[in-house]
Amino acid sequence: MAEAQRARPKPTPETQHFWDGTQAGELRLQRCDACAHVYFPPRPFCPSCASRKVSAFPASGKATLYSYVINHRPAAPGFTPPYAIAVVELEEGPRMMTNIIDCPQTPEALELDMKLEVAFDKLDDKITLPLFRPAKG
Amino acid sequence: MRRNQVAVVGAAETTKLGVIPDMSQIQLHADAALNAIADAGLKLSDIDGIATAVETPQQIAHYLGITPTWVDGTSVGGCSFMLHVRHAAAAIEAGLCKTVLITHAESGKSMIGKLPRSIPADSLQGQFEAPFGVYGPPSMFPIPVLRYMKTHGITHEQIASVAVVQREWAAKNPRAMMKDPITVADVLNSRMIAYPFRLLQCCLVTDGGGALILTSADRAKDFPKKPVYILGTGESVETPMVSQMETFNSSRAFKVAGPTAFREAGITHKDVDHLMIYDAFAHLPLFGLGDLGFMPHEETGKFIADGNTRPGGKLPLNTNGGGLSYMHSGMYGMYALQESVRQMRGIAPAQVEGAKISVCHGVGGMFAASGTIIFTNEK
Repeated sequence: MAEAQRARPKPTPETQHFWDGTQAGELRLQRCDACAHVYFPPRPFCPSCASRKVSAFPASGKATLYSYVINHRPAAPGFTPPYAIAVVELEEGPRMMTNIIDCPQTPEALELDMKLEVAFDKLDDKITLPLFRPAKG
Repeated sequence: MRRNQVAVVGAAETTKLGVIPDMSQIQLHADAALNAIADAGLKLSDIDGIATAVETPQQIAHYLGITPTWVDGTSVGGCSFMLHVRHAAAAIEAGLCKTVLITHAESGKSMIGKLPRSIPADSLQGQFEAPFGVYGPPSMFPIPVLRYMKTHGITHEQIASVAVVQREWAAKNPRAMMKDPITVADVLNSRMIAYPFRLLQCCLVTDGGGALILTSADRAKDFPKKPVYILGTGESVETPMVSQMETFNSSRAFKVAGPTAFREAGITHKDVDHLMIYDAFAHLPLFGLGDLGFMPHEETGKFIADGNTRPGGKLPLNTNGGGLSYMHSGMYGMYALQESVRQMRGIAPAQVEGAKISVCHGVGGMFAASGTIIFTNEK
């Protein structure tokens, strides 16, 4: 029941493609057609060179653990403490906030720079969140 | 901006600090403003410029009965007041106004008349941070710490020592909330909040406010209190999303604001007698020492743990006790400015003898913004 209260993202016209992607099992990033800069979060222009010619593409889903906290209190609605709030560095360069699943939420298990892979967590018919788990092998 | 053209001629905090259950947020603004106006020996009608944050300038101007010709509502978090000082100094020099009042107050603990802060679900934070369980500053501000520690070889004990040293300063300050001595072990055994940070590495939550009055250096000579001159200033912003900082090894906003102020002041780090670095959480003084250029980041933890910033140390830092031990109503920058002004006036509870230059560095949001003011008491 607690899970139902987790904050739900509400897509905007500029971010809809990202959330459509997670629904389809893709982690979509954007790349500038002019300067090849890859960036996140979504926007319809390049924050490096200002070109409006940009394309979405599916990222590999591979990432490493950049940093995190293990939150004890106060816990956000829908979360049972302690839980890690992580920032991961995607293979393509951008970083994003996420949670690490299939892993004890402890400093011993959560090693910086450990290899991760994306896992999609469907919240409802509209929103699927990109979470990450330790990479296999 | 030219050096020493503008001065602080009035400075005061609210009559009470800490838990103030009998005053709303705008009345805390007014209490601080009236105290600062009295400190400067002015009348309300002398004020022709107003700046404030969170509350709007129109709210505070009308409540106080002020008709300004210059207004600044820059609201970038806890360092907004550093930016106000910078903007006010430029405005006074440009002749847009003569006497500026800057107010801060927050009913952070008692929550009386405090505007709710919420993150819309369709904002970028609402889409790309809130769903992952961030819930208030303690769950966000410390996110860069583990990376910073790994990159720069900083230990948990060194970061804990920040809280220990600041408690030593707070013990000398009758208005500090927390005055009992603590040890590194006390810090590392206090209640876990958001690993790696424990209770004693997180700021207090209190009620209070403060206000400053600025005017031109020429006029400042005629005021009752010793003028404190604005020697240098800097400001910048980076991102409202902590996850999107350029790096967790430093703060881009700090690295722009701090060095800009030093260049403007024309001073070197050796010239600094007194330093304030906004400490909402215990890692901020380390980021500040490194990004302001006092030393490489690798040395910041050891520098503090070795006692260099404690009473009697060579670089007195956060001499009021800081956000960790003095008070923290939510936007602490005003209290850091107040302590710098007290040190430059020579009236601080833990006065640094002979201090002539004070650097006051603020953060807004979770490394989202930054402002640096360098004060001097010599023109």
